[in-house]
Amino acid sequence: MVGLEHYLILAAVLFAIGLYGALAKRNAIIILMSIELMLNAVNIAMVAFSRYIVPLQLTGQIFAIFVMVVAAAEVAVGLAIIIAIYRHHKTIDATKIDLMKW
Amino acid sequence: MGLDVAFWILAVVGVTAALAVVLLGDVFRAALSLVLCFLAVAGIYLTLNADFLAVVQILVYVGAISVLIILAIMLTREVQRGSPSNRLRIPALFVAALFLVVVIYALLNTNWQISSVPPLEPTTPAIAGLLFGEGGFILPVEIAPILLLAAIIGAIVLVREK
Repeated sequence: MVGLEHYLILAAVLFAIGLYGALAKRNAIIILMSIELMLNAVNIAMVAFSRYIVPLQLTGQIFAIFVMVVAAAEVAVGLAIIIAIYRHHKTIDATKIDLMKW
Repeated sequence: MGLDVAFWILAVVGVTAALAVVLLGDVFRAALSLVLCFLAVAGIYLTLNADFLAVVQILVYVGAISVLIILAIMLTREVQRGSPSNRLRIPALFVAALFLVVVIYALLNTNWQISSVPPLEPTTPAIAGLLFGEGGFILPVEIAPILLLAAIIGAIVLVREK
């Protein structure tokens, strides 16, 4: 019987995969995709809590909807920044983008 | 039971697709497996009785965000260089594995107060009541479009030709 723990472990596994991708990758678009993976993992955890702990209140699903709104805004601005950086520097290698380093 | 089988299939597909996102060398294939992972997450929502959220997931993530990501991959012509790792690959792997172990240990040793009440069947009216009704989340609902508008204007300003 699948229960709350199964969903939480699935969310933790997806979050860890996204964390590894965000820390270890050089391509800025892959880093953004890994961040999306982490947001999805958090959403799974919140919907699972909503389903198993308070099945009649749905607050977890509401939070998941707001996370999706913020994720959509984040992806739009993030990809715009990546394209702007690509225009100036001809690369999106995150290890070579050091504009704010002194 | 059918729901259990669906959960295991979706979980295996989702985790495999997520691993493909971070391990594949081809950026475009990584983006396509990210779409597969989003679809698996939508299926996971369905097994959790979150029908509205599953549809929103498909509309927003599979429909819009994946198209944006693929468009950005095509605009940046970084496909030939692939998706190499940086010098922090081993420490990142260690940090992610440590995080996973700690979280799984914590959640297996927590006494969750699981409710035996059956979940709401169509969630859409209840979500609408919570989002727009009295004493609900109307203020965040009003703030969300301002955030989206700011994001749209910001994206336009950032990518505009000087």
